[in-house]
Amino acid sequence: MTSDEADALASSPAVYVHIPFCARVCPYCDFAVVAGRDDVAGRYVDAVVAEIRSAEPWRPVESVYFGGGTPSRLEPGHLARILDAIADRHGIADGSEISLEANPEDIDTQRAGDLIAAGFNRISFGVQSLDDRVLVSLGRRHTPPAALSAVRSARDAGFANVSADLIFGAPGETDESWQQSVSSALASEVDHVSCYALTVEKGTELHRRILAGAPAPDGDVQADRWETADRLLGEAGMARYEVSNWSRPGFECRYNLTVWAQGEYEAYGLGAHGFRDGVRTRNLRHLDTYLETVESGKRPLAGTETLSEWDAELDRLFVGLRRAVGVAHGPGTRAFLGDPDGVRLLEAGVVADTGDRLVVVNPLLTDWVDRVVLSLRGWEEPAGADIV
Amino acid sequence: MTDQARIRNFSIIAHIDHGKSTLADRLLERTGAVEARDMREQLLDSMDLERERGITIKAQTVRLPYKASDGHDYVLNLIDTPGHVDFSYEVSRSLAACEGALLLADAAQGVQAQTLANAYLAIEAGLEVIPAINKIDLPAADPERVAQEMVNILGGDTDSVLRLSAKTGQGVDELLEALVAHVPAPTGDPDAPLRALVFDSYFDAFRGVVCYIRVVDGRLGAGDAIRFMATGEVHDANEIGYLTPKAVPVGEIGPGEVAYLITGVKEIDRIKVGDTITLARNPANDPLPGYKEPKPMVFSGLFPTDGDDYEKLREALEKLRLNDASLSWEPETSKALGFGFRVGFLGLLHMEIVRERLEREYDLDLVATAPSVAYKVTLNDGSEITIKSPQDLPEPTERREVAEPYVKVMILAPSEFVGPIMELATSRRAVVGNMNYLGPERVEMDFEIPLAEIVFDFFDLLKSKTKGYASLDYEPIGYRASDLVKVDILLNGIPVDAFSAIVHRDKAYDYGTKMTGRLRNLIPRQLFDVPIQAAIGGRIISRETVKARRKDVTAKCYGGDISRKKKLLQRQKEGKKRMKMVGSVEVPQEAFVAALRVDDDEK
Repeated sequence: MTSDEADALASSPAVYVHIPFCARVCPYCDFAVVAGRDDVAGRYVDAVVAEIRSAEPWRPVESVYFGGGTPSRLEPGHLARILDAIADRHGIADGSEISLEANPEDIDTQRAGDLIAAGFNRISFGVQSLDDRVLVSLGRRHTPPAALSAVRSARDAGFANVSADLIFGAPGETDESWQQSVSSALASEVDHVSCYALTVEKGTELHRRILAGAPAPDGDVQADRWETADRLLGEAGMARYEVSNWSRPGFECRYNLTVWAQGEYEAYGLGAHGFRDGVRTRNLRHLDTYLETVESGKRPLAGTETLSEWDAELDRLFVGLRRAVGVAHGPGTRAFLGDPDGVRLLEAGVVADTGDRLVVVNPLLTDWVDRVVLSLRGWEEPAGADIV
Repeated sequence: MTDQARIRNFSIIAHIDHGKSTLADRLLERTGAVEARDMREQLLDSMDLERERGITIKAQTVRLPYKASDGHDYVLNLIDTPGHVDFSYEVSRSLAACEGALLLADAAQGVQAQTLANAYLAIEAGLEVIPAINKIDLPAADPERVAQEMVNILGGDTDSVLRLSAKTGQGVDELLEALVAHVPAPTGDPDAPLRALVFDSYFDAFRGVVCYIRVVDGRLGAGDAIRFMATGEVHDANEIGYLTPKAVPVGEIGPGEVAYLITGVKEIDRIKVGDTITLARNPANDPLPGYKEPKPMVFSGLFPTDGDDYEKLREALEKLRLNDASLSWEPETSKALGFGFRVGFLGLLHMEIVRERLEREYDLDLVATAPSVAYKVTLNDGSEITIKSPQDLPEPTERREVAEPYVKVMILAPSEFVGPIMELATSRRAVVGNMNYLGPERVEMDFEIPLAEIVFDFFDLLKSKTKGYASLDYEPIGYRASDLVKVDILLNGIPVDAFSAIVHRDKAYDYGTKMTGRLRNLIPRQLFDVPIQAAIGGRIISRETVKARRKDVTAKCYGGDISRKKKLLQRQKEGKKRMKMVGSVEVPQEAFVAALRVDDDEK
């Protein structure tokens, strides 16, 4: 993917839909999720549809992403209702990417076919690992063969764009088992792979276990594992286009690229975050409150953030620099290259100036770069503009 | 002028928290100097810090009218003394203004080292020492044992030891009677030339320097021209008066009297505690004995965390000095810490108090380097220089000898801790002196030890090795030559002056490995490997490496994560602000403090 193509997605409207339902909450997860609340799934779908119907009309969107939670836990008919509401309200452009996150245990050929019929054309599996021990330590319910069979089912049913998520650095993992997971994922002929370092978020079961003495993920080990993945995926013809994302050419996730390019996206559902007209919005995160708010005819907003011009520029950098293509030069990158910390990063070879773009050369240090970005001081508001 | 026969001048000698201030309050109340309803708890400890820590930093003094059971009216001058080892000179001057001292001990804790040291000072000064046990109302009180300890120190019998509770007031009347009965009346010559001792001073924003004085011989009238015999300064006695505790001006004072004096002098360092005042027109021949210049013993570099606060720090030091003539400093430049000051302190508590006041009252964020002492260096040409900072130590080829200050340390502790204390002391190059049992379970131990060995963490270690039961006092006993070397700590090849130390050659390796080991854990991983080395001259004696940071990236940053991630990064970036650049290495402020702290595993 060229940098022009990546940047062009800044003007591609997108929609995110959050489906919070899970069979159980994974020990490392701190997203807006609920387990054991499938009884309100119908109400929830109604609420999301209501939210979509009362949204400001927009031009046809070019990507839709169902994230979770576990979107595949909803009946395809429910998912179709939501997609239809989006098409009614905003329109869905021809050739759009319609993406669904799925747990392997939810998908067989039949179900995959139903999802295609509902309108989905991309499916992203939470494979996480293809090592039994690691899957157990991650609290996942599926087995490696089940994950591979789900991928095959999706393919057989006609999904032309299949992705697998993997987690590295979990307890029980070894260099060999990680290598094996990546290789197996590649052997299943997926089009796209996301590899995430296991991250300890406050308030999760994993965090509690570590506080109680369980071993914490080791940054150096995770760095090794990331490099292994980058090498194996690269050898298999996949290109890394973001810190944690690799794909065959042309199979990059369009929705995520839109977000990273500072494009606009509407967000519906529990705890969903959107960005439109320079305002970041976030929805309520508590399920019952969300439902009651929508059902009483109100917008379920928990908060908004209006970005100043400079904040938006820094966001463009700190998010955009996660991409392999980096960001085009602008006031932010010029400030970065004039900052002593920025210069140090340049001299240390962590970032590079390609002439028209700033690029992170060592993605494993992207947060270091981003901290420098976020400390950059902006231009002052022009003083005395009314002085003749 | 008050009849000398009716004057009793006394101090109270007590350990921190043994109830001196509470007793002083009770005396003010009983004698009617202050109405009970006007009492602020512990009236005499006026500084916030003193009230909080329960220690007296600046002595305060009060005149108590007392009608004794013999029917006569007496004047009891309570001359307060600072309660800490660092201020022993000030204590000695306060004691020199008295004829008697009340030795006050906690009924549960007994006599402590510092109290004992001050009791010895009082005995040496020829004072009548009256033993008293406070807090007899405590459940853990053991007045018989404490009385026996006091008798072992002072002689006499245990029946003569007063027992009281300053808190409840029990025994306070007996105490007042004992003061009248046992403290000798002053016996100055009212017709001799004036000699009055300056035993304390403080700065008042409106009146300038206020001196506390005790007339020994002669008389002083308001308006008299007076001469300070040590400094030679001549001023008018603009105002003299009693502290009741309100200031009440009087026309004239005579022998034995205690008063305040205002001369109009604005700078506190022009008035020296221990100086003798005489009349300019009819001066005495000889000053009173015992005057000394206060000398700083401990030095530490103080650097503002924010370099922009340098001026603010200087102004704060100047303000503190208005009330603390013993505080001294000179500018210091550190490659690692920027611009700051090398500040001299009377001792460790003094240092701690000053640091705390600077941070609290002047809102400064400071980095303090490890406390050090002043070394005397004999150069090749035979000349001698004094250095206060390790950076100033001349190269080995340029010097003939380095001498360091020694102190005599006195430790009082339960006898079960003799072993651990000996072990600690000998590990600090101490020469063990006397051991003296005050009772079957309490022992007094003397050591001669380099001051440098105790300025750092000795108190903490002593406390932890003796479960908090040991107390300590020390006094300087002069300089002795030692085999000292300078150990430098290099970060990425650059010496960090804040971590340099002058240590005994036998301990250089220990210091080096300890510091490099600590710093390895304190310095965050950088973009490149950072070697941390300890070196004597050009010779590396230990090395550690902080490996380059491999991974510093959030796994996920999708639509929902952007705001959250931004907040997280911004919080982390705030932490970065408190970093100091040493060459190209980022060192957190905390590392400077933490590297110099005692580890738990050393306790």
